[in-house]
Amino acid sequence: MTAGPGLEDLLRELAPQVLGVVIRRFGDFDSAEDAVQEALLAAALHWPAEGVPDNPRGWLIQAAVRRMTDQLRSEQARRRREGTAARAEPSAPDVTCRDDTLVLLFMCCHPALTSASAIALTLRAVGGLTTAEIANAFLVPEATMAQRISRAKQRIRDSGVPFKMPDGDERAQRLRSVLHVLYLVFNEGYTSSVGADLHRTELSGEAIRLARMLHVMLPGDGEVAGLLALMLLTDARRPARTGAGGELIPLAEQDRTLWDRRLIAEGVAVITGALAAGVVGEYQVQALIAAVHDDAARVEDTDWPQILALYGLLERMTGNPMVALNRAVAAAMVQGPAAGLKLLDALDEPLAGHYRLDAVRAHLYEMAGDVPAAVAHYRAAAARTTSIPEQQYLTTQAARLRAGTAQPGGPAARPAT
Amino acid sequence: MTKFLLLQNYAGTAACDLPMTDWAPGDIKAHIDFQLALNAELAGNGELVEAQGLAGPELAKFVTSDGMGAPVVTDGPFPESKELLAGYRMVDVESEERAVEIAARASAAPGPGGVPIQQPIEVRQVMGAPSGDL
Repeated sequence: MTAGPGLEDLLRELAPQVLGVVIRRFGDFDSAEDAVQEALLAAALHWPAEGVPDNPRGWLIQAAVRRMTDQLRSEQARRRREGTAARAEPSAPDVTCRDDTLVLLFMCCHPALTSASAIALTLRAVGGLTTAEIANAFLVPEATMAQRISRAKQRIRDSGVPFKMPDGDERAQRLRSVLHVLYLVFNEGYTSSVGADLHRTELSGEAIRLARMLHVMLPGDGEVAGLLALMLLTDARRPARTGAGGELIPLAEQDRTLWDRRLIAEGVAVITGALAAGVVGEYQVQALIAAVHDDAARVEDTDWPQILALYGLLERMTGNPMVALNRAVAAAMVQGPAAGLKLLDALDEPLAGHYRLDAVRAHLYEMAGDVPAAVAHYRAAAARTTSIPEQQYLTTQAARLRAGTAQPGGPAARPAT
Repeated sequence: MTKFLLLQNYAGTAACDLPMTDWAPGDIKAHIDFQLALNAELAGNGELVEAQGLAGPELAKFVTSDGMGAPVVTDGPFPESKELLAGYRMVDVESEERAVEIAARASAAPGPGGVPIQQPIEVRQVMGAPSGDL
């Protein structure tokens, strides 16, 4: 979309609402989605010159409905020519559920879809991004992304998911998929926000926008709040996360005055509100860990015992070996490197061949003063990472230690934070 | 305009046979800065199509299949890993001379002590549309 930022925000906010109305009227997600995209493009083309109409939502609905009607007419004509019965009964409007945006989000994150498809479809149908914008963000050709979206829509059609709010257990499970998709979109933007891939940071912004929207719709859900807080508290560090040459700066070495205080304050407020509500989930614990890091004005002020306890809780909740890896780092900071190294032994099997295990081991050996072991593990980690900034960081760590120019370093083995 | 692929592998050169983890940290930074600056310059000229580095040989796999049975997948380490592709640039340029000029710049990337590493760069033209009736 080439409209100005204000207009673009308006269009993207209206996109899922308009789509909801059109799906209700015609009952066909696939073509409704295409029609709304065309209406959005038409608006982006006409509104800057002609001015925003008094009722922009109504304008978009009308434009999309007109396209749907045209399409149905030509389809009916085709069917008549082919001698088949024309059937285009619009489905009865479901007035019991008014929150179309939420229903759409549930639909786009349907578990029948792969996460790549769910991400693409969510960004287009709920986020109002064009296929070209999504393709650009994921660095694939537009035709490839168009195909991914069209297959995702086909999958939804084939699975026969009705356009309505799922109930009970189904609803809880689908909400987990939604949160996971938003988390992946955020990470895609955040972890690639270095060097040549700077433009992909828009993905993080979009994930935050959608999480905010979800939080407004489901203010009582602790995990929605937890995810939003986690995104805000993590994104707050973005300005300090890369150097002038696009190189990765680990948490311990970041210039903390560059952290975005406004985002941190907002994230802390959101997570505090969620905790008051009771039940604690994974995203909330992750947000708390991020909040403890963000609370330390200097790296040496970090409340490591608190972080260690939170990782312990998170590990019990998830059983995820990557969480155990982070707990080992925290244990090393609290109880010394030997304690951390001991915890790593249990991870050789679940994380076999993963570069992060080597990176953490290297860091803990460095803390313990075992330079040859640290160099060997930094090298192994550098050889196995699939990220250029991380490879450069790990290579430089090995070189620095080998050259004997050791600097006072903190928990530098967590380059992905 | 013609597209060329400029390829480089892991082979050591007469000027530099040290793995990068054995360089001085400042030399690593100078090398990376050089590569980024070259990419920025080519992008600025409207000549860069794509520049990519590939994950290391440890993660490489060779796959063969007869189209019927299960494919044979060979994991590393490979004895000939130095011949594996390390990365590439695709450029879209006026002439082969210009592609060779860019390859020469890339080959002279600074190594230990700032000395050009003289990495051989393979220059391959990408096949395109027919130039006329045969």
